[in-house]
Parts: sequence; C-alpha cells; structure tokens
Amino acid sequence: METAENVIELVIDSNYRFIELVAAVTDNLTQIVGFSQEEAHWVGLAVRESVINAIKHGNQHDIMKKVDVRFAIFDEQIDVSIRDRGHGFDANDLPDPLDPQNLLNPNGRGIFYMRTFMDEVNFTMHPQGGTVVRMLKRKSALSNNSETGSDDAN
Amino acid sequence: MSLKIHNRTSGEVHIMDLGGKITIGEGSVQLREAVRQMLEAGNNKILLNLGDVSYVDSSGIGELVSSYTTVNKQGGQLKLLNLTKKIQDLLMITKLLTVFETFDSEETALNSYK
Repeated sequence: METAENVIELVIDSNYRFIELVAAVTDNLTQIVGFSQEEAHWVGLAVRESVINAIKHGNQHDIMKKVDVRFAIFDEQIDVSIRDRGHGFDANDLPDPLDPQNLLNPNGRGIFYMRTFMDEVNFTMHPQGGTVVRMLKRKSALSNNSETGSDDAN
Repeated sequence: MSLKIHNRTSGEVHIMDLGGKITIGEGSVQLREAVRQMLEAGNNKILLNLGDVSYVDSSGIGELVSSYTTVNKQGGQLKLLNLTKKIQDLLMITKLLTVFETFDSEETALNSYK
C-alpha cells in the first residue's frame, strides 16, 4: 500500500508557453520521488506530450479553456492527471504509428510515447466535461539503485 | 530561441549543427524554416548534426520526419549525425531508425553522399 501522498495542482491556459512550467514542476517532483535521471526524463516527456495534446487536440488552442495538471507523489510512484475541456476522443481508435504506411506521418506519436514510457495510461471523460488522462509511473530497480542519477543525461 | 542552428558546408553537403531543443512551437518551426531555406537555395544534400540537441519531443521527431520527406521529394537526401541516446531511443521505438540514415562519424556520413 502506498502512503505519504502529496498533491500538487496546476491550472494553465491553453498556451504552449506554459509547457516549460509544467515540465519544471514534473522534473522537481520526479527528483523528490527519487527516479533515476533516465526515468525522470521519460516521465517528463510523457507529461509534456499529454499537456500538448490537451492544448492542441482537447482545447484546440482556445485560451479561454484551461488545462488542469494534478500530480500525486508517493514513496515509490508518481501519478499524473491532465484534464482538458474538449469533446473527448476514442484513445483505442488511433492510427498505429508503427504501421509502415504511417511511419512517415509527422504526427501521431505523442500518445504512443506516453504509453511506452509510463506504466499505466488511462483516458476517461470528466463528469463535467473534457478528457482526463491519468498516467502512473513506478520507480524501478534502476531508480532504486541509482539515487544519485548518474546515468546518461542526454 | 530554443534551437540554435549553425550551417557549414563540406563539398556538396550542407551540414546543419543543431543545438538546444526541438520541441513543439519554436524549435520545430525553426528547423522547418531552416530546411526550407536550404532547399530554396538549391542545397538538397543535408546532414543534420544532432549532437548538441538537448531535448526532442514527438513534435520534434515529427519535424525530422517532415524534413526528411520534404528533402526527398525534391530529389535530395537528408541524413542524421551524432544522435544522442535519447533521440536514438525515440527513433528506435517508433521504427524510424529504419527510415533515416544515421551516422556517428561525420567523415563516414559525408562519404555516404558520394
């Protein structure tokens, strides 16, 4: 059973200028939980991709629509929820970026990367509207064995 | 400026040394514009040196793909040099290492255009 939950919530306008703010908070929290630099990088990428999707596809760049980002940190994991104010979509009906006919498509890799780098990714509709993406990442043996984060930082 | 671009040439090959972030918005747009200008100047043998690129997201990967197809359509070649481990990981898991020609050595990369 996980204990010692801390919750951090951000509400941003639908503007890419705030992505670095979310990224900075994510980096700080993955450091607090004690992820390795490698895992922290990929958690950061997954959060970044989800916020971009919320701004671009969910809120369609409408600056009047907010994006909620909620982090819950535990001893061994981070749980991130991103809510947009869009009309929703079927996450199981997306083109496969690995399909040879899609390889040269410049778009369509964000959710694939989120699913690759996080342990769980779920899409639900919020009762008051919009899509909620919940992503969870547990610390692996790699993190537990490299508290100093000495792995490649590229 | 999130992406710094320094252009140099070696024979017919135009090398673009990239540094910083290729992410949604500024970095991706800068790369697109730089490749467009390169093609407009009639330079279609392009080598992107990614050695100093610190961060790439899916939009940046998409921009590399887009640049690759744009250059190919104009009869040129766009290849990648000095991939960081993380860029290599992003390309590998989306099978894009099967699309791009990538090199660790500039000399080998330059010879591949001959």
